[in-house]
Amino acid sequence: MAGELSGILEHVDRIAELDLDDVSPTSHVVELENVLRADEPHESLDRDAALAQAPDPVDGAFRVPSPQAEG
Amino acid sequence: MEMLELTAVQAREAMAAGDLSPAEYGEAWVKAAAGDELNAYLWRDGNGDGGAIAVERPGLAPVAVKDIFCTEGVPTTAGSRILEGYRPAYTSTAVRRLVEAGAPVLGKTNMDEFAMGSSNENSAYGPVLNPWDRERVPGGSSGGSAAAVAGGLAPWAIGTDTGGSIRQPASLCGIVGLKPTYGAISRYGMIAFASSLDQCGPLTRDVRDAALLLSILQGKDPCDSTSVGLEGGPSLPEQEDLSGLRFAVPAELARDAIEPGVREVFEATLETIERLGGELAETPLPHAEHGISAYYVIAPAEASANLARYDGVRYGMRAEGDSDLIEMYERTRAEGFGDEVKRRIMLGTYALSSGYYDAYYGQAQKVRTKIAADFGAAFDRFDFVVTPTSPSVAFGLGEKTDDPLAMYLNDFFTVPMSLAGIPAISIPAGLAEPQGGGPRLPVGFQIAAPAFAEQKLLDAANALERAIGFDARPSGAPFVGYDHIKRTGSGGEGDG
Repeated sequence: MAGELSGILEHVDRIAELDLDDVSPTSHVVELENVLRADEPHESLDRDAALAQAPDPVDGAFRVPSPQAEG
Repeated sequence: MEMLELTAVQAREAMAAGDLSPAEYGEAWVKAAAGDELNAYLWRDGNGDGGAIAVERPGLAPVAVKDIFCTEGVPTTAGSRILEGYRPAYTSTAVRRLVEAGAPVLGKTNMDEFAMGSSNENSAYGPVLNPWDRERVPGGSSGGSAAAVAGGLAPWAIGTDTGGSIRQPASLCGIVGLKPTYGAISRYGMIAFASSLDQCGPLTRDVRDAALLLSILQGKDPCDSTSVGLEGGPSLPEQEDLSGLRFAVPAELARDAIEPGVREVFEATLETIERLGGELAETPLPHAEHGISAYYVIAPAEASANLARYDGVRYGMRAEGDSDLIEMYERTRAEGFGDEVKRRIMLGTYALSSGYYDAYYGQAQKVRTKIAADFGAAFDRFDFVVTPTSPSVAFGLGEKTDDPLAMYLNDFFTVPMSLAGIPAISIPAGLAEPQGGGPRLPVGFQIAAPAFAEQKLLDAANALERAIGFDARPSGAPFVGYDHIKRTGSGGEGDG
């Protein structure tokens, strides 16, 4: 995969040659104003439903292996 | 008339008038979809696995949904092994709007894994075959949706387009594909690839069906703060000529990079535009050629962040075997993701890394500004910018899988519009012999318009579609769709 990634980066590198010092970057194309939603309570996802798709749910929580290797 | 031949617009009218039973019509499509030999579907309604989306008042054609849209209780894989068996706890806004409008979900369609690909060969569940030639790809990433519509397995479909993933498969399968303006349709519940580019849109037999589907899907959604919707529409296009409309061909259009057959259809379509009263001229789009470079920095960068959530903890698969937490993460992702997804996560992580951020991500975002500005300048003088949708007709299965860069260059004509966030439609414009010979295959014609000018875009595309009169279909497809040819009954417009 290293060769493929180098090939792609070589193509991408063409934009490094463009003189864009005075250009501002675009992160989002549609002009939007920040808005705050109304702070109204609403029903959220049921806990059992949220856990139902987990590989290893237990006691209302997601169980994961120990962060530290055993032995 | 055989009911599967109806366009979705006609079917809606027939059901509203009481001339067509929604139950019988829906059942006929469930049966048609069950005959899928193209690997277009990953899940189908009525397959007996317990999943289904209930529709209270059916009155619209059932829709094939790209498997990137979350559907409550119905498997949703995004074409990835890492989401095998996942049944979401909620339904995406796009699908919810369809169901509330009376459109049953006919099935979930195959796709390139996490929408990363232009051939559908990156699906963990096998490639989709092009109904025109089963040795060829349908395009991607919405390849299953495009093949389902073209192959008579669905009346219409939805997909997503990040850099061309609706338009390119529509082009390769000989159907209509529309990428609306970024923000026209809610992204809530649409599995994220590159959030600043991803947009839902219709894949249909004709332009009027696309307009109808868009009118149902579009709208502001409190669950997606970037959604804007489309004011007042769109309504079904009626326009039959292009008089007074100005069409621009990019001056830098790389004609040498386009297959001769595709070029021929493109030039013939330009003549049709002039015959309909449209004006044609060239316009400079000097930065469009850098679209691919910018896109393949921005999209992987956003993807590398978005895909961090797949860790084997909350949903999806977890790698088997004893291990500690970090090792579980690593093994789950190593086993769950395919090569292209891994490639893009690595590219994106690299482009965002300290010391390279400005050179790659920062520079790509500046190129994006320039591309959007180029389009802005073009739209000061023109109503539309037109190009071929894809530089080639459908290519062979396996032909480009060993060369990721060659695969990326398929998106050469579609990526600039995505970066600029503007709407663009691909309509079938004719057939062309592939390079290297073989039976003739569909060629798409792309029309791009200013942001939120969907109505104008659909009106013009409808006029051009009628004049072109594309009535070819894959051999063996179980219907004669494409009803725009005969819809007026005058028979006068099929002479393009």
